[in-house]
Amino acid sequence: MPNEAGGLRETLAQRGVSRRDFLKFCSAMTAVLALPPRYMPRVVEALETATRPPLLWLEYQDCAGNTESLLRASKPTVAELILDVLSLDYHETVMAPAGHQAEKSLMDTVEAYKGQYLVVVEGSIPTKDGGIYCTIGGHTALDLVQEIGGNAAAIITVGTCAAYGGIPAAAPNPTDAVGVRDVVKGVPIINLPGCPMNVQNLTAVIVHYLTFGAWPATDQLGRPLFAYGSRIHDDCERRAHFDAGQFVEEWGDEGHRKGWCLYKMGCKGPETFHNCPIVRWNDGTSWPVGAGHGCVGCSEPAFWDTMSPFYRRLPSVPGFGVEATADKVGLGIVAGVAGAFALHGVASAVRAKARPLNKTKVEVEEE
Amino acid sequence: MHAVCSVRAVENALGIEIPLNAVIMRNLIEAAQYIQDHPVHFYHLHALDWVDIVSALSADPAATSDLAQSISDWPKSSTDYFAAVQAKVKAFVETGQLGPFANAYWGHPAYKLPPEANLMAVAHYLEALDWQRDIIRIHAVLGSKNPHLQTYLVGGMALAVDPNSPAVLNIERISLLTKLFTKGLEFVKQVYIPDLLAVASFYKEWASLGTGHGNYLAYGDFPLGVGDPTTHPELLYLPRGIILNKDLSTVHPVDQSKIAEYVTHSWYEYAGGDGTSLHPWEGETRPKYTGPQPPYKFLNTGEGDKYSWLKSPRYEDQPMEVGPLARMLVAYASPDAPGHASVKEKVDAVLAHLDVGPEALFSTLGRTAARGIETWVIAEAALEWLDQLTANLKTGDLRVHSGELWDPSKWPAQAQGFGMTEAPRGALGHWVQIEDGHIKHYQCVVPSTWNAGPRDGNGQRGPYEAALIGTPVADPEQPLEILRTVHSFDPCMACAAHIVDAEGQEIVSIKIQ
Repeated sequence: MPNEAGGLRETLAQRGVSRRDFLKFCSAMTAVLALPPRYMPRVVEALETATRPPLLWLEYQDCAGNTESLLRASKPTVAELILDVLSLDYHETVMAPAGHQAEKSLMDTVEAYKGQYLVVVEGSIPTKDGGIYCTIGGHTALDLVQEIGGNAAAIITVGTCAAYGGIPAAAPNPTDAVGVRDVVKGVPIINLPGCPMNVQNLTAVIVHYLTFGAWPATDQLGRPLFAYGSRIHDDCERRAHFDAGQFVEEWGDEGHRKGWCLYKMGCKGPETFHNCPIVRWNDGTSWPVGAGHGCVGCSEPAFWDTMSPFYRRLPSVPGFGVEATADKVGLGIVAGVAGAFALHGVASAVRAKARPLNKTKVEVEEE
Repeated sequence: MHAVCSVRAVENALGIEIPLNAVIMRNLIEAAQYIQDHPVHFYHLHALDWVDIVSALSADPAATSDLAQSISDWPKSSTDYFAAVQAKVKAFVETGQLGPFANAYWGHPAYKLPPEANLMAVAHYLEALDWQRDIIRIHAVLGSKNPHLQTYLVGGMALAVDPNSPAVLNIERISLLTKLFTKGLEFVKQVYIPDLLAVASFYKEWASLGTGHGNYLAYGDFPLGVGDPTTHPELLYLPRGIILNKDLSTVHPVDQSKIAEYVTHSWYEYAGGDGTSLHPWEGETRPKYTGPQPPYKFLNTGEGDKYSWLKSPRYEDQPMEVGPLARMLVAYASPDAPGHASVKEKVDAVLAHLDVGPEALFSTLGRTAARGIETWVIAEAALEWLDQLTANLKTGDLRVHSGELWDPSKWPAQAQGFGMTEAPRGALGHWVQIEDGHIKHYQCVVPSTWNAGPRDGNGQRGPYEAALIGTPVADPEQPLEILRTVHSFDPCMACAAHIVDAEGQEIVSIKIQ
């Protein structure tokens, strides 16, 4: 890591952030990462000695929805993230310089911190016709993500487009858009799909990295288990109504007003892995099912093609008593989750470099 | 915004009227979008074109406190407060890792604010970041999440309402909305508007720069009652209309059939030839890239060149600027519109404060000021619309959706429609043709293509290009002045502008953030 002097705690103290607020933040992070409370001292210790790694945020075929999501960060806030936790050296939407000066910021970091900086990618990568469908400063997104991403310590994709191609890759995929994993090899890649990603999960991944010096365990789709390890259907506040056979039949009907299950209105919760029901959105204010609309499965690869029509019910989610069929959908993933949450001791994590991320099972190292 | 525009297009095609609760909820969601998005544009995407962060380090916190208290009764204005902000910025600068603020234009001669005004603006840059996160919770309450709400349905909304149910929009949720909208209005009135006026007073020369064609188009939005807003403009709080050549004495009606798009200088081709224009219902989107093969350093923008992925929308063959300025001008000049009185009152107050006439609105500064004025107008109106929702619930009307045509099997074999909305950035239209329950043809004409599109088949420049002509640039290597005008439009995305001087030499290529 660059800038060895001074940890986050010290930096925060200089900026007038109280110890109490700092501990609150650490406690929230411990909870988001689903760590037992006894790990909080480690989170505190790790953050106190952490430094500000440079982060380059690259936007390609995107709508800036994940950038907007970044602005909704609360634990830490985006101001804390930029001023205290990371050095956000390049982000087209929020950075002050433009044009040549912006590209200078990018290349300065790539050269000075080769192999050390983090990259976030938002948006898909078009590969058709030599990549001409997305260029920045005369370079294709394909060249840029391979060069900049290829020399990073790790890449975090935010949103389904960067992870799997998303909406630009939906049929007929006119630009042959793909996700980052399809074109960048040899660098750890964490996928945070969603439309957009929930920024709580991004900040948790970053804090996990700063705390343990390693990336969280992921499923075979590169998604952290703490955020994508269980089905929406299983954590849903309306699940009891599904089991009881109480369904919304029409928008605004009595069942809708009573908060019944949205399965018959097309909810894709039974086939979607995401922690929306647990962390919710916008500081826990609500989430799609909570506000009366079914899940559209936005964190699953190819959701635009496979989850639509959004309002047509899933064909085979049997009701109470015959749950096995629906569970098969994610059996392989769920089976690995229970005992496999990656928890690395701080001591070993400091020694370790970023681990291969395609491992679903990582042994628990208790100290 | 695209979601509401798309359902309006289908509702227009099928003749569906949505219930009043859904009308109001859509208005409240869109209002919250304006209230959050405009200040984020001002403080986080535009302010640093006018505010020099480095200069804030030499400000006197006590003088900053005096300045802040002289323009607003916002409580966060003590000497200690500004001293703490200054210390925070100083500590950040001393880390040597300037992050998103590195390689910017600090110290540029075009920066005119005194250090104290810079420090005040930096403090509010940070405050606005926290504030916007809270305000946009309105979208989570009404539309499940932000960004990308999931609630818009053809025929209404997916949020059920019932004052007596725990799982829907009930009184507890309405109380939260009241609190958030009130917090929104307070910040706009006590921070955003005073800051806007303070900054503008040091940059009055920008009230005569960056004008462009002087043509303005607004579709209008915020219907106040039940009825298709696309075909009933009289329902709209912010009115529909066109102003030509800066003439505020006449507001021309909008006829959607007069909208057409050129691809003469865009990387697309039309079957009937690239010199023609097509109405969105006949629109074609076939890519035809003719630019240089990457990597390249120079993009030709000459007579025969295509140079953009944006099409060039025109109204009766005229380029039109869209956005908050267009909306405020059309409302200002439309005495019968429901929102006219509020708009006129606030526009006149701002003009009087800056001691300039209405002609100052046709400018870079006018564009930026109109965005603030509009936020103020809508933040006030939103609280009235929330009362309207509560009053309607009191009558026992709990309908949120008109479901008669929910099932596509009940649709006519063929239908076509269009939806019009006003996104924060400007007029947004969707045109749809439906056949056998499926989309047969779809075109969107979006605000940033109106504003940022290239020259058309008649060689006329788009609004960005026209507005940049005559902009003084002190240092071509540091084109801060160019950014001011381009950012004043609130560009939608990272896109490219290419400025060529009189000799045909490219002086600078700018990536617009």
